[in-house]
Amino acid sequence: MTQQVFSSVSTKKLSPKLIRNLKEKAIEIVLFIAASTSVATTLAIMFILLEECWFFFQEVSIFKFLTDTEWTPLFANPRYGILPLLSGTIVTSAIALFVAIPCGTIAAIYLSEFADSKLREIVKPFLELLAAIPTVVYGYFALLFVTPFLQKIFPELPGFNMLSAGLVMGLMITPFVSSLSEDAMRAVPALLREGSTAMGATKLQTALRVVFPSAISGISSSYILGASRAVGETMIVAVAAGLQPNLTLNPFSQGATITAFIVQVSLGDVARGTIEYQTIFAAGLTLVLMTLVLNIIGYYLAKRFREIY
Amino acid sequence: MQNLVEIRRNIKQRQLFNNIFALVGLFIILVAILILLALTLRMFIDGAPRLNWGFFSNFPSRRAENAGILSAWIGTTLVMLVTAVAAVPVGVASGIYLEEYAKKNWLADLIEINVTNLAGVPSIIYGLLALGLFVYDWSLGESVLTAGLTLALLILPVVIVTTREAIRAIPNSLREAAYAMGATKWQVVQDHLLPYSFGSILTGVIIGLSRAIGETAPVITIGALTFIAFLPDSPIKSEFPFISFEWLKAPFTVMPIQMFNWVSRPQADFQVNAAAAGAVLIFMTLGMNAVAIYLRYQLRKGIKW
Repeated sequence: MTQQVFSSVSTKKLSPKLIRNLKEKAIEIVLFIAASTSVATTLAIMFILLEECWFFFQEVSIFKFLTDTEWTPLFANPRYGILPLLSGTIVTSAIALFVAIPCGTIAAIYLSEFADSKLREIVKPFLELLAAIPTVVYGYFALLFVTPFLQKIFPELPGFNMLSAGLVMGLMITPFVSSLSEDAMRAVPALLREGSTAMGATKLQTALRVVFPSAISGISSSYILGASRAVGETMIVAVAAGLQPNLTLNPFSQGATITAFIVQVSLGDVARGTIEYQTIFAAGLTLVLMTLVLNIIGYYLAKRFREIY
Repeated sequence: MQNLVEIRRNIKQRQLFNNIFALVGLFIILVAILILLALTLRMFIDGAPRLNWGFFSNFPSRRAENAGILSAWIGTTLVMLVTAVAAVPVGVASGIYLEEYAKKNWLADLIEINVTNLAGVPSIIYGLLALGLFVYDWSLGESVLTAGLTLALLILPVVIVTTREAIRAIPNSLREAAYAMGATKWQVVQDHLLPYSFGSILTGVIIGLSRAIGETAPVITIGALTFIAFLPDSPIKSEFPFISFEWLKAPFTVMPIQMFNWVSRPQADFQVNAAAAGAVLIFMTLGMNAVAIYLRYQLRKGIKW
């Protein structure tokens, strides 16, 4: 009986057109759910970090966290000052950017304005490969190749130091900066270059005074992206910079970054609910806030300097 | 006359600066490529004494010369399998939604900004998310499944962005022709857009996976072990139902973690192992990237709209 009713309803109402429309709607919903996973991921990240930090900041005051000059959460007498980890992160990132921004920019200007298309086709894949090498391999390179080399120049340099970690990190970031900056410069209309060349400018003058300023929006966001990669980079510093939190701006000393600390704690066994477990989330939240600030600056710069052709 | 000499000198000087800059640019690029070659060569030379059959078929060991990467490369393969199975459908579906279905409203904008921002989140943060959510809240444990899902989230933005770019590159006339024949939206996507963008999407997936293979930090955070002397349960069984998913729950290690473990030991013997593991890792990632670059090159040559 129900069978009959059901079949009669389905033949009457579910015409091919309706079935088709239903199917279309269902597919759209499935696709929408897939697209929402990215939003869910962001929400989950914020939720997990804030939840554990909530517990953390009930044990440790925010004031202490931001001003204490010692970070020794794994010691018998723990102190929870984020400053030493921040200084490590800032020193290594600054060295990396000191390498990556000039080298990346010069390489980008060369590839975009000087190199002919054949050379560019050959060189670009190699730069991409440089960016694709796993960071733990770069860590090995920094520890066992760059540090011994630097020790020949600076004999008192310790085996673990922030200098070599930062330099190698700069090498890793250079291809990012150069490829994004190059894209930005190539998007500048040829008319501007022709105008400049017609006035008797050399390629270099055109590049520096016409193309570079016109592409500054894209170039600055490539710098910001480079900076946020440097801040979040983990394995190079964990391998080569030592794991000793150290409130110093001296690149010749050992140091630990926020990321390296998280790795160090995770290598041991941390149970949920302990203060050790919560410290890595507090450190993680600090890291997320740092990259967030960088992203906001980048967004502002891109908007402020955008040229519309 | 005096003026002309000055102008000539000025032009010469500017040309000189121009040429010097060109040389500096070329020099920087050459140095970068040289470093890439030196790095690769150095890994292979340092690791050469260990790069033999035993290295691939031995478990890690306390004695450097007996230690191998069997559990690591099998772990990496299984984790990558989970990553690909999770990231590809979700990523491609998101890309299709954002490019073909989404209306221009705040929701689409939100998702779009979100994808861009996620691409900039440090990888270790994904590790923290996975530790809190997958390992504890969902009780998936420190398993192959957890690692695969974590890395899938990590490469999702890459897959979404390449899918969108690939679909956007298809000219509108193709869609219009299909709609004019009475095709529904999904029919257009399934029969026209996906086949045409398949190659480009595949390139993006390979690049994403090559990134996932080398990721160390998030996998350490979720608690991958560094010393594993057994293999996960085999996925293929001799008796019914022939396929088992027990391996998803197994503890594991992966290549970059094995390498990290060996690098951080003080003994020089283990650093030889680290170099050998690094050589294998470089071979894997560079190989995957080379395939992707070649594929892209072929596609660019083949398609002329």
